[in-house]
Amino acid sequence: MLVCWCGSNIAGTVDINTVVEASKREPGVVYATDYQYMCAEGGQAMVRRAIEEHSLTGIVVSACSPRMHETTFRKAAAAAGLNPYMVEIANIREHCSWVHKDKEVGTEKAVVLMRAAIAKLNLNTPLFPGESGVIKRALVIGGGIAGIQTALDIADAGYEVDIVEKSPTIGGTMAQLDKTFPTLDCAACILTPKMVDAAQHDKITLYTYSEVDEVSGFVGNFSVKIRQKARCINSKLCNGCGDCIEKCPAKKAKSEFDEGLANRKAIYVPFAQAVPNVPVIDQTQCLKFKTGKCGLCEKVCLPKAINFEQQDEIIEKEYGVIIAATGFRPLSPERYGEYGYGQLPDVITSLEFERLMNAAGPTGGALLRRSNGEKPKSIVFIQCVGSRAEPDKGKSYCSKICCMYTAKHAMLVRDKYPNIDVSVFYIDVRTPGKNFDEFYRRAVEQYGVNYIKGMVGKIAEEDGRLRVQGSDLIEDTQIFVDADLVVLATAVEAQASARPLGTMLTASMDQNNFFSESHAKLRPVESPTAGIFLSGVCQGPKDIPETVAQAGAAAVKALGILSKDKLIGNPCIAGPDELLCNGCASCEKVCPYGAITYADKEINDHGHRTTRHVAEINEAICQGCGACTVTCPSGAMDLKGFTNRQIMAEVDAICR
Amino acid sequence: MLVDEKGMQEEVIRMSGTEPKKCMLCGKCSATCPPSMDMDVRPHRFVKNVKAGNIEALMESESLWKCLSCFACVERCPRGVEPASLVEAVRLLVIRQQGKNYLTADDIPELIASDEEIPQQLIVSAFRKYSK
Amino acid sequence: MQVKDQNFKPLVVSFCCNWCSYAGADLAGSSRLEYPAEVKIIRIPCSCRVDPLFVLRAFQRGADGVIINGCHPGDCHYTSGNYFTRRRMTLLFSMLDYLGIERERTRLEWVSAAEGARFAKVMNEFVGKLHEMGANKRLGDIRCKE
Repeated sequence: MLVCWCGSNIAGTVDINTVVEASKREPGVVYATDYQYMCAEGGQAMVRRAIEEHSLTGIVVSACSPRMHETTFRKAAAAAGLNPYMVEIANIREHCSWVHKDKEVGTEKAVVLMRAAIAKLNLNTPLFPGESGVIKRALVIGGGIAGIQTALDIADAGYEVDIVEKSPTIGGTMAQLDKTFPTLDCAACILTPKMVDAAQHDKITLYTYSEVDEVSGFVGNFSVKIRQKARCINSKLCNGCGDCIEKCPAKKAKSEFDEGLANRKAIYVPFAQAVPNVPVIDQTQCLKFKTGKCGLCEKVCLPKAINFEQQDEIIEKEYGVIIAATGFRPLSPERYGEYGYGQLPDVITSLEFERLMNAAGPTGGALLRRSNGEKPKSIVFIQCVGSRAEPDKGKSYCSKICCMYTAKHAMLVRDKYPNIDVSVFYIDVRTPGKNFDEFYRRAVEQYGVNYIKGMVGKIAEEDGRLRVQGSDLIEDTQIFVDADLVVLATAVEAQASARPLGTMLTASMDQNNFFSESHAKLRPVESPTAGIFLSGVCQGPKDIPETVAQAGAAAVKALGILSKDKLIGNPCIAGPDELLCNGCASCEKVCPYGAITYADKEINDHGHRTTRHVAEINEAICQGCGACTVTCPSGAMDLKGFTNRQIMAEVDAICR
Repeated sequence: MLVDEKGMQEEVIRMSGTEPKKCMLCGKCSATCPPSMDMDVRPHRFVKNVKAGNIEALMESESLWKCLSCFACVERCPRGVEPASLVEAVRLLVIRQQGKNYLTADDIPELIASDEEIPQQLIVSAFRKYSK
Repeated sequence: MQVKDQNFKPLVVSFCCNWCSYAGADLAGSSRLEYPAEVKIIRIPCSCRVDPLFVLRAFQRGADGVIINGCHPGDCHYTSGNYFTRRRMTLLFSMLDYLGIERERTRLEWVSAAEGARFAKVMNEFVGKLHEMGANKRLGDIRCKE
């Protein structure tokens, strides 16, 4: 029995001495002591010494949450020759000292928690973990800069990687951007070579226009069904000549890549540098699918790659690890009536602005008004559209990148068109990052961008221009700015597909549909679900360098598993008492992993040999949830480490 | 009667059912507010003053009676602060002090005479609101 | 008419699944959100590990309330465990109600790892309710009391 002070974290509200003394009266306790920081080297040495000197058969550590240091103490116990599963933790920090201010109350509760842990430990038995193999292949879901970087890093280390991307090309949102802050280098120039690298890497397989349909299994042994949607093109035959696109008469569809600012054909590649450079037929637009007539593309295609009969294909593959890299979408500002987005053509989002400024965009890089195609004289940028709001009014978080990209936009406009007046409405300008504040100051000082502290309350059309009514909080007045173009810095929003994917992966998500990390500080790229890693904005808003850094980190964590031949399993798994099992197969039905099978076995029932139909657990597959133990009507099934008797003993100890 | 500012602040917050601490000073309310141009204490500062406990200053401000109660600020506020509800609560504080009647029964004939098209209901509700 | 005992300290057994609620309780701790000390947490791998017998045992040994916390439906670490819990506990709680253990003494809650504040709120509510109701007399084994 060992009690930790955790400095004053525990000792502040729990009387350590009382806990130590009370523990000495518990059955089975032969030694009890306390220490300032049990998790530190000195504390661990103390654990080892105590085990050796007193020949302890088990230890209880009253300290912080087992989620924090259970592994630490198990390792210390193992170093002293004790089975690591003979260690129990009484959580007297998170569940006691930190939530109760009264020392008497806290001490009393700490004693009870310690008692429960001792009661449980008395029934512990040494456990020995099993091993399972690792499939040496990684799956990356999402083919944006995050997914590409993760895949390249894993592939460069010599392991196979598959990228599943739901759109027809990899590249993601970054491919739509014009320039990147704070260096103003062109997004395509730095991204497209990476896209080509990914496509040409012999260890990387791309599944574009594909989605993940089903995921089962566990770390080291995931099995995944990928739905490759019908492109209606035989990718192997297509040579990417583009004749089909040229001839296609259906040209009314809005281009997703150009954010709907330009039209595309029914057969299309999203953009010129798309990888793979294989077109897709949009079945909702194609005349052949709509009317049965046309088929022009088929006629002009020399390699005969067009196949209108193509069906969705399900590909089943196995993976050792899965990396989520689903990225984001900008929030649609239509719900904010004051900005008139959707009604006023000259009110656009930042991503639309990126397309307008892009030399490969719908206007060839000319910044023109959407309403009349003229050059604007004045542009207003509005920040925090949908960010930093109550949950029913938008997103509660700061989207992190908007301050910087707005400064970038403002600077690019002033650089290219010095005659255009540029104003930015802001609440705060947040520029934490290398060379970020310098960048923002340059926009103000060198480029003369007019920053106005305050928000916009209304945008109305007046004589063909936009009248922006806003607050100037420094002057404490209401101001009106005439603008020809208004750009909304819309919030970063998790992909709609992220939540269903999270459910498929059993990876937990936060209230904003971003994937939760295992630990906010110490395990930022790992999902709490073993074998699932997080890359890029799917975990929370990030700029490009942060995304790339996290993508690399996710790759390294994934490699940590891929490079192992065997994974040490969790020994806390279910097991039947074959004498009690009546062969009802109830457990087989509730097992979410299919870890339970039934077999005829010869049983020695107190010297009486019979053959019975009994449950069998596949130890590599069982994850130890315990669903079967409760279902079992005869009480034959039990869960190691959390046995019925152990939990009962805890209940008894608490209720004593 | 509530004499100290702290008590008045608590009363305003209680009556309005809104929390001025949630304000992040974005100024959206003042940007939205139609009569904001004519106000001495514009909506965001109104919220700020409630937060700071300067209720008496607000009770004497002109803004208090310039607010149209159109609730555009309530609708637009990203943080769920309700400036118009705070204005309404401060108005009630003023009204509840005896003798501070902004509308008496004697004023009504003149009001009706001033504009024949003035709705009856408006006078009734104004009377209920601005007199005690 | 039952006289309320001001010094009454309800005994609450709270089962928390390791992945969501236990982490949620940890978060309540690291955020220093107070909730009554009467709540004693037992860690289990999944809410579906809670055998109805554990609940009965708690009441038998003098618990005044039992609360089971799991991941939100659809978010179970083991895919479907909490659905089993939901079904089992619905049956168990209505049976306990029939036996005289009021519905308010038993509760099933979904608390995710990110919901420390929610954990504290639920515990405060639950214990508050038990304070109103007073001690549980039913099902208690008098041999277990001193």
